[in-house]
Amino acid sequence: MEILVCAKRVPDTSENEIQLNPAGNDIERDDLVYSINEADNYAVEEALQIVAKAGGSVTVATVGDEDDEEILRREMAMGANRGVLISDDAFHGSDGCGIARILKAFVQKGNYDLILTGVQAEDGAAQIGGMLAAMLDYPFASLVNSIELLDGKRLKICREIEGGNREVNEIDLPCVLSIQTGINEPRYVGMRGIRAVASVPIPTMRAADLGIDVGSVGEATAKVKRVDYFVPALGKGAEILQGNREANIDKVLELLEAKGGLR
Amino acid sequence: MPQIFCYVTHKNGTTDDAAAELAAAARKIDPAAFPAAILTGFGPALDAACSSLPGTFSEIWKVPNEALAYANAELIRKAVVKVLPPNSIVLLSHEHFGIDLAPGLSIKMNAAFVSDAVEIEGLEGSTLKLVRQEFGGQISAHVRCDISSGAVITIRPGAFKPLEAISTRTAVVEKSIEVGALTAGRRYRETIIAEVGDVDITKQNILVSVGRGIQDKDNVAIAEELAEVLGAAVSCSRPVVDAKWLLKSRQVGSSGKTVKPKVYLACGISGASQHLAGIKGGFLIAINKNRKAPIFQVADVGIVDDILEFLPELTSKVREMRTVSAK
Repeated sequence: MEILVCAKRVPDTSENEIQLNPAGNDIERDDLVYSINEADNYAVEEALQIVAKAGGSVTVATVGDEDDEEILRREMAMGANRGVLISDDAFHGSDGCGIARILKAFVQKGNYDLILTGVQAEDGAAQIGGMLAAMLDYPFASLVNSIELLDGKRLKICREIEGGNREVNEIDLPCVLSIQTGINEPRYVGMRGIRAVASVPIPTMRAADLGIDVGSVGEATAKVKRVDYFVPALGKGAEILQGNREANIDKVLELLEAKGGLR
Repeated sequence: MPQIFCYVTHKNGTTDDAAAELAAAARKIDPAAFPAAILTGFGPALDAACSSLPGTFSEIWKVPNEALAYANAELIRKAVVKVLPPNSIVLLSHEHFGIDLAPGLSIKMNAAFVSDAVEIEGLEGSTLKLVRQEFGGQISAHVRCDISSGAVITIRPGAFKPLEAISTRTAVVEKSIEVGALTAGRRYRETIIAEVGDVDITKQNILVSVGRGIQDKDNVAIAEELAEVLGAAVSCSRPVVDAKWLLKSRQVGSSGKTVKPKVYLACGISGASQHLAGIKGGFLIAINKNRKAPIFQVADVGIVDDILEFLPELTSKVREMRTVSAK
């Protein structure tokens, strides 16, 4: 099975507090720690587990620039066979639809049976997988939290629906699945693994390599644009206890009793 | 002004409560708009759903087809694309079905797509101004969307105050268009209902709920000890389940359990909207070392502290109290 995982490098929210910059138009990007989007990492692990059972190879691709190479290398250290950087100045400012259009061109240069994305990235849009599938006229399923191989042509998948319930579906290959976090336990990547792939060349694909009309992507064609970031005026918000720890503990106990929780 | 449609989901003949929220969002796009509802399905269940819809819409477009009896996003997309007038605006609720349908629908409509909108600031010419959240609600963003060739927008559940009914009865318009043979590359098989697990977190007076801030599997014991002395149970947010530190049955949120304890102690939980969606009542006390965590915007009382130090001290204090009162 030939599997493509579309991944993205994002500011790591477990390592950073995301704050507004002094100009108030973007997040503070100085000293940000970046990593692969968490759900994308689960998608790569899932791809590796499928290939371990069914054979084939795993390609990880990202639309970005040189800085984004590091996540490709990290996923190769995990076991992905190939990393591809899809990069062109003409891609800058693309909206979700533009990114999906770029990925579609990349997919059509290959021969993939299965395409995985993470369910959502740091912007929470959860859009690329569904858009890409529609452009390719492939079946699609979002929020996938288990994959089972049925035969060479179909998968049995579960989707995470409300209340922790799971919707079981059968889906034809080739297809696009957006992978939910928690589907597996991504393997650990040590420094040794990273060093082992440090000098493996990572090809860069430009618009021309993919036959992309530069007039169909990028900022000029984006129908959706983020203007700025901001911190909304707080509503009532919590009453923040200002005491020392001991006083705060007493207050919590008082509240537990007053609100009827503590017996 | 393009026509605005609210795609309304339904189950067992009853429409989703979010319908009135979608109608409210439509009004924010155009205060003069009377949005239409669009429902797909088949047979008596679809008829019942159409009649159960409160009078918040100008009309109800009913799209009946046997192949649409189960809500399969791929088939519904094919049908809806054929029914909608050009350049329509379609609103859907940002939950598992909307996430499945909306992005692909926008492609097939050649329309703009905005997901998980929490506010709509209005329309200027063909530019719609919206607000979204990024980084798990840590920061908000103003978004501009060109709707001149239509738009598909998913709406954050609970973000818009439901629109009150404006009429008692809404005309149902049947749109039994020729959709041709509807076949899908994805076929529904069954629904597996979540297990209750060893402890039913929906039936607790107090929940000690832990998030990413618990940092390590071994630290979960800190919360368990506190829960034990309080006669409470431990619940958690999604990252803790993803990391396999607690069972799925302990997860609070839109993809976990909906809980209503008397007191909810949110410990090291940032407060992503999907988590908050599962807390339906009770007094919310948040403990988090990040003063800017979104949980503090919704909590009743907040404490800025490290849970790994705060919780054990709280446990000792309760034990101490219990010993004194036992004497």
